Amino acid sequence: MPETSFSEAVDRALALAMTRDPRVVVLGEDVRLQRRGAFVRFGASRVLDAPISESALLGTALGAAMAGLRPVVEIYFVDFIGVALDQLLNHAAKLEAFTGGRWQAPLVVRAACGGGYGDAGQHQQSLWGLLAGVPGLSVVVPSTPADAAGLLLAAIDGPGPVVFLEHKLLSQQWLDYLGGASREGVQFDVPAAGARGEVGEPPVPVPLGVAALRRQGGDLALVSLGVGVHRCLEAAELLEDEGVWAAVLDLRSVAPLDVQAIVELGRRTGRVLVVDEDYTRGGLSGEVAAVLAEHGVRSAYARVTTEETIPYARALEDAVLPNVERIMAAAHALLVNAPGKRG
Amino acid sequence: MSSTGTEQLQALYLQMCRIRWTEQALALLWRRGLASGEMHLGIGEEAVVAGVVGNLDDRDAMALDYRSTPALVARGVDLTSILLEVVGSPSGLCGGRGGHMHLMSREHLVAASGVVGAPGPLACGFGLAARTKGKGGVAVAFFGDGAVNEGMLMEALNLAAAWRLPVVFVCKDNRWAVTTRSSELTGGGLRRRLGAFGMPLDRVDGRDVESVAAAAARAVARGRAGRGPTVLLASCPRPEGHFLGDPLVRLTSAVGELAAEVRPLVAELVVRPGAPLAQRLSAVKGIGGKAAAVAVHAPARTSDPLRRAARRLPEATSRELAVVARREVETALGRVLGEAVSRA
Repeated sequence: MPETSFSEAVDRALALAMTRDPRVVVLGEDVRLQRRGAFVRFGASRVLDAPISESALLGTALGAAMAGLRPVVEIYFVDFIGVALDQLLNHAAKLEAFTGGRWQAPLVVRAACGGGYGDAGQHQQSLWGLLAGVPGLSVVVPSTPADAAGLLLAAIDGPGPVVFLEHKLLSQQWLDYLGGASREGVQFDVPAAGARGEVGEPPVPVPLGVAALRRQGGDLALVSLGVGVHRCLEAAELLEDEGVWAAVLDLRSVAPLDVQAIVELGRRTGRVLVVDEDYTRGGLSGEVAAVLAEHGVRSAYARVTTEETIPYARALEDAVLPNVERIMAAAHALLVNAPGKRG
Repeated sequence: MSSTGTEQLQALYLQMCRIRWTEQALALLWRRGLASGEMHLGIGEEAVVAGVVGNLDDRDAMALDYRSTPALVARGVDLTSILLEVVGSPSGLCGGRGGHMHLMSREHLVAASGVVGAPGPLACGFGLAARTKGKGGVAVAFFGDGAVNEGMLMEALNLAAAWRLPVVFVCKDNRWAVTTRSSELTGGGLRRRLGAFGMPLDRVDGRDVESVAAAAARAVARGRAGRGPTVLLASCPRPEGHFLGDPLVRLTSAVGELAAEVRPLVAELVVRPGAPLAQRLSAVKGIGGKAAAVAVHAPARTSDPLRRAARRLPEATSRELAVVARREVETALGRVLGEAVSRA
């Protein structure tokens, strides 16, 4: 399988979907520049530059989806979904339920998410917990190029609506677009295995709601998604040096959530550490704890999350976002406090 | 020109120079990697900002977009604390936590946002508070032409009109919404759009600081007198693009970049299946047109608001003022670089 970058993988999946299905259209601010390959190949009728009008744009995409198109609508940063939330929360998410399953909106909302490059808390949020809490919305967060392509294909082909979040640290295209390409010497902690990787030709769809076990281990389960998966893999290596075998589960999808995978791994390891770049409360990390409790899994539990508004200064930001140091500290605490299954 | 007229122009020119040097200091900090994230400069907006802010006093408030440093400088916020914030210092204006898109000063009643259109509603709130306090204060919203397609800004304009709030809405029209030409995406045109709310609209050449100052004086006086909101529509250039490293500016300024971008597009022209060739060529033409428009828009010495103002002052005076401003900014920058180095 050829190796490719995360952004190229997304571009390729999008091109494949547009080739196979003439109903797929791309709508968004600056997309004729940002997705110029698709614009040149598929023309002006399928790649439309939008005014800075997120609310109307998302509503238009919903209407088009309801009437037979398969729009991929881009909202720049997921933070800006705030401007258009009504269309997603009260309309797109409600259609299927309100019609008793008679009408669906095959719509993909594509947005960049995540921090680690110093843009502060109005451009670097994750928000997948907030969005995934709404019945009727699917939310996916790929951590590798293959998953980025595969989840996008599945999202476009599915019944929708799906929020497809691409972490900016994985996407060279985004980092370049935001100015990274024009200055040297600025380094971000980009996980190599997330930014580049093998992708099938053609890319293989990845079904929503199926987690991937990235690493085996019986002492501790690290549960994460997006960039967090790579931080977990790094921590798992360090733990191995200490004689601790940590499994790493990549959820890939926040809604639907792979409950079975979480429960099985929780039972097997007895210790679950959730690494979630999203906010602590009311989101994914708490949901994982609830899933374990609901299924009677008696496992120790801890979480490493973003506990406050992401600050601008790089040093402060690095401390606020989940990092390997914090994961190691939380893992050590879990191992000490819940010594049960080990040894 | 009367002597007070000259004095006013001198004060405005000094502010414009301070703004220009501050923006260049920001660019330097960013290029050196000391300022992180995106960096949106207000170069080209100096006359608009200096002309408007020169009419404000301690009763007044400002709601700013992510090109906020010019207004902060003109309002008298400490230069060093602005620059320290942008390098993420704990001694910065917001303790290093807000950064360049979210600069705020409670003391000055000034707050910026990185979300397009957000200054509209905020200025309405500032205006409501000012009216309730009853001391004749006004609120100013600065936003770009791209923002007029945000619903919240349109709602704010209507609210201000309906409640006759003391707000001055300043639209900095640089003709671009990030990488898209505003004219292609703004139905009915800017002037008619902004003029549709029943409040007076003053259209000014935003490169001419005296015109801006005069128009802003009228708008602020209306607000202070309880006669409601005003729109100032000020045209201005955007020589640095949307943000530093703007992909369109990069494409047009570096030959290597352009070649690297063209190659994959050629492949997209021929790969099958896809749109008919004529449509594909027209797409390429569209991208090329954008790039060319940016290139044409960029240099134009005649459109530099600083040069315009300088030409109306005695040469020795303008030179002297420029030196004063430069020294101020260089002193602040020196302190900031010193701190950044010692922290590193």
